[in-house]
Amino acid sequence: MKDKNEIDATGPRRDGDHHQEDRRLFLKQSLAMTGLTLTPFSFFNAEPDSYSVLAGNADRVDLSLTINGVKRRLSVDPRTTLLDLVREQLGLTGTKKGCDLGQCGACTVHVDGQRVLSCLSFAVMQQGRKITTIEGLSNGASLHPMQEAFIKHDGFQCGYCTPGQLMSAVSCIREGHANSEAEIREYMSGNLCRCGAYPNIVKAILAVKTSGQSV
Amino acid sequence: MANAHQNPAEPHPSLDRVDGRLKVTGAATYSAEYPFENLAHAVLITSTIAKGRIRTIDAKAAETAPGVLAVLSHMNSPGVPAYGSVKLPAERAPVGTAFRVFYDEFIYFSGQPVAMVVANTPEQARHAASLVHVDYESEKHQTDFEANLSKAAVATSVQRNKTSPFQDYDRGNPDAIYTAEVKIEATYTIPTQHHQPLEPHAIIAVWEADDKLTVYDKNQGVKSAQGNLAQAFKLPRENVKVNSKFIGGAFGSGIRVWPHTVAAVLAAQKVNRPVKLVLGRELMFTSVGYRPFTVQKIAIGATKDGQFTAITHEGTGQTSTYEEHLERTILATRAMYVCPNVSTRYRLLNLDVNTPTWMRGPGDATGMFALESALDELAFALSIDPLELRLRNHADSDPERHLPWSAKSLKDCYRIGAEQFGWKNRILEPQTMKADGMLVGYGMASSLYGFHRHPSKAKAVLLADGSVVVQSATMDIGPGTGTAMTQIAATMLGVNPKKIRFDLGDSGLPDAPGQNGSSTIPSVGSAVHAVCKALKIKLLTLAVAIPGSGFADVRPEDVTVKNGRLFPSADSSPGIAYTDILKHHKLTQVEVTEESKPGAERDQYSMYSFGCHFVEVHVSPVTGEVRVKRVVTCADVGKIINYKTARSQSIGGVVGGIGMALMEESAMDHRYGRYVTTDFASYHIPVHADIPQIDVFFVDQPDPYVNPIGSKGLGEIAIVGVAAAVANAVFHATGKRIRQLPITPDKLL
Ligand code: FES
Ligand code: FES
Repeated sequence: MKDKNEIDATGPRRDGDHHQEDRRLFLKQSLAMTGLTLTPFSFFNAEPDSYSVLAGNADRVDLSLTINGVKRRLSVDPRTTLLDLVREQLGLTGTKKGCDLGQCGACTVHVDGQRVLSCLSFAVMQQGRKITTIEGLSNGASLHPMQEAFIKHDGFQCGYCTPGQLMSAVSCIREGHANSEAEIREYMSGNLCRCGAYPNIVKAILAVKTSGQSV
Repeated sequence: MANAHQNPAEPHPSLDRVDGRLKVTGAATYSAEYPFENLAHAVLITSTIAKGRIRTIDAKAAETAPGVLAVLSHMNSPGVPAYGSVKLPAERAPVGTAFRVFYDEFIYFSGQPVAMVVANTPEQARHAASLVHVDYESEKHQTDFEANLSKAAVATSVQRNKTSPFQDYDRGNPDAIYTAEVKIEATYTIPTQHHQPLEPHAIIAVWEADDKLTVYDKNQGVKSAQGNLAQAFKLPRENVKVNSKFIGGAFGSGIRVWPHTVAAVLAAQKVNRPVKLVLGRELMFTSVGYRPFTVQKIAIGATKDGQFTAITHEGTGQTSTYEEHLERTILATRAMYVCPNVSTRYRLLNLDVNTPTWMRGPGDATGMFALESALDELAFALSIDPLELRLRNHADSDPERHLPWSAKSLKDCYRIGAEQFGWKNRILEPQTMKADGMLVGYGMASSLYGFHRHPSKAKAVLLADGSVVVQSATMDIGPGTGTAMTQIAATMLGVNPKKIRFDLGDSGLPDAPGQNGSSTIPSVGSAVHAVCKALKIKLLTLAVAIPGSGFADVRPEDVTVKNGRLFPSADSSPGIAYTDILKHHKLTQVEVTEESKPGAERDQYSMYSFGCHFVEVHVSPVTGEVRVKRVVTCADVGKIINYKTARSQSIGGVVGGIGMALMEESAMDHRYGRYVTTDFASYHIPVHADIPQIDVFFVDQPDPYVNPIGSKGLGEIAIVGVAAAVANAVFHATGKRIRQLPITPDKLL
């Protein structure tokens, strides 16, 4: 558990070491979850050729998880990522696909309270977990303080990186890594913004942190 | 400290983004996010060779894979009517032919779409795409710009057009450069760079009927996309609907209708279902253009006291074999500084690559990197402060067109920027400033971008409850178009912005240009201004007809508005509420449409936005790592509509410029003619940790001649010059002049 916390606490980053760690965790989880849920066959033992055949004929797998407080019982193609599950199957398009490669942070969601890159996680790995997407961040009609702060400090332009930035920003404070502009920059560096809203995002996070509001 | 980032001149609190709530809650709907029953998913297959032809495509395994609806290629495409049929024997497309998708067997670049799989789910489509085998016959390709530079030539389109600005240009004596008292001469190179907006390009194509097409597409101009698709598929314009309400950044990548868009439309036709295509990040390197690889040679001659006597500027850019992409690379040099003898040359090099396109600050970001670096080299050679050198050669009128500027406050920008930055603390000699073991450098550069205003229409509808809907087929790729337009309408009509809704991004709305060339506020802002003025006059006419309203004989120019009420003059009476005017006339709404367009002022004045950037870098003497520590940027773009969004746009430009200066480079393996940088792990763009706080200032004086609102464009000048300011700061820190972007540590060690 300690291991997992450490990895998740650093958030989605793209520099070498943590990337490696993310991948290791990813593999570990995939293997564990395939063992649990994919009894008919294992992708990881298959020969390359049989892999293509198997993947093409993959059955659907039952999955239950909680999304934004709602328990869902689903049937998914085992190849479906958590990101494609929420965007394509559940219509929760607030979570964005920027790269599908774990390099941009646009797809950041919370899994059991930790920030996770949903494009690097298979849906079937989420059995029994609690997922929060951007749609679940606010409390009904009233915005989360971080959402308010992003609007006030203009922490975006096109808005495409914004859901991911917000989910990471909330984690950044929860993890205790929002104590200075420099620290925020470091712990938000897995969330790319091509519009360059970085300075305003940093201001928004610092403002929420110093206001002492609960996130 | 908080105040350090506030512009002291900010006159009023800015309106928060009108679509901010949608964006922070995830409710803003981008092109790939519209729900459709029966939606099919497409995956593109692209060529793995850079030149040659397709021998065969074996799609059997893919076609029989689960969920697959079709595998589309030139062998079975329903065809794009405007392409015509393939002539036999088939020939390679000559220069000047836009790329035709799934048309014939020829390969023009690596990454060219050759086939497309359509299936019920994305997973099925992705898997089936891996089963398609394409067999090629390769030919020898040329993709290496520097190795082929000697083949560069004047573009054929320029040869045909004697009035093209890209014709060879000589002002004064072209030989003056040889006799200059002091002369510097250098060659500057920028590599290919890609827009890489965070939202990948995406489209959902829906044939509503055999002759009715609707697309939800990522582009920067719904009207031009509508026109292009109507032309391609030979449909009446009104039968094509383009919807692009939210765009996740574009920076130029969405100005054209690209082949993948047409491919998705063909696929939707083929399978007779709505089809969604989202480009993977790797395809964003070969599908939607790029800033072209460009080599520039600049020489500046000057007197010993720094007066320019001659400038020569030669630029060569890369393009494809089938299209000529021209950009302003050498043009700024003719207008930026006063100089009697100026020569420019512009050449193109055709390579086996896809066609480049405009990327933020097109041409000028490239050209001004070279010119403003060269100025810094001259300043060093003359031991003159670089800012002082610019002031000594400031152009008080346009030296190219011999016209007065419509307005130019560049000297104010220099003053404000220098003061806020603390430029006076700069020590002239490079490699002299240090802090915490780091080499410290201060650099600056100027910025300019031409003023663009296009005919635009807007419609305003006042409803019975006093709310207003304003509409125009303009776009918002990020700068906050709706917010600025709402603010213009609110001011013009005296209506609370909360009661105004601005609609954009829909080809069914009144005509407006696409979002490019920093033209949106100048063009559409003027149209919104005009339509609100017309609405006010219409309301006055209606008020006059109300007995005892006190508006008889009131002249339109005396009318004032406030809180949704009309007043006969500034200082009088309770006036009359808009809602009461409608009620009296038993109207449910009042509607006006107006067009606004440029006029004779274009021939009387030279119109540009101007600005400057000041940058402090720290360079590690051990690793060569460059950190940008501080940026102060100041822009003269006429009147600022919304400080908050304008400031964000400036910051975004600076961030893009830092990327251009320090990290962005699309590297190709010329053995295969293919990019090796195909994701964010290899094509680096700035991340949070790379960007300091950036201080933005505006002169904020209306330009009296450009348009009724006095506003010029900001998007491009925000990035133009930034790369030079960074390079100049690096030189000041290290004494090393890097003329080939990006400035990576290996070049400094
Ligand atoms: S989409 Fe998951 S990190 Fe980019
Ligand atoms: S706001 Fe456009 S990518 Fe961040």
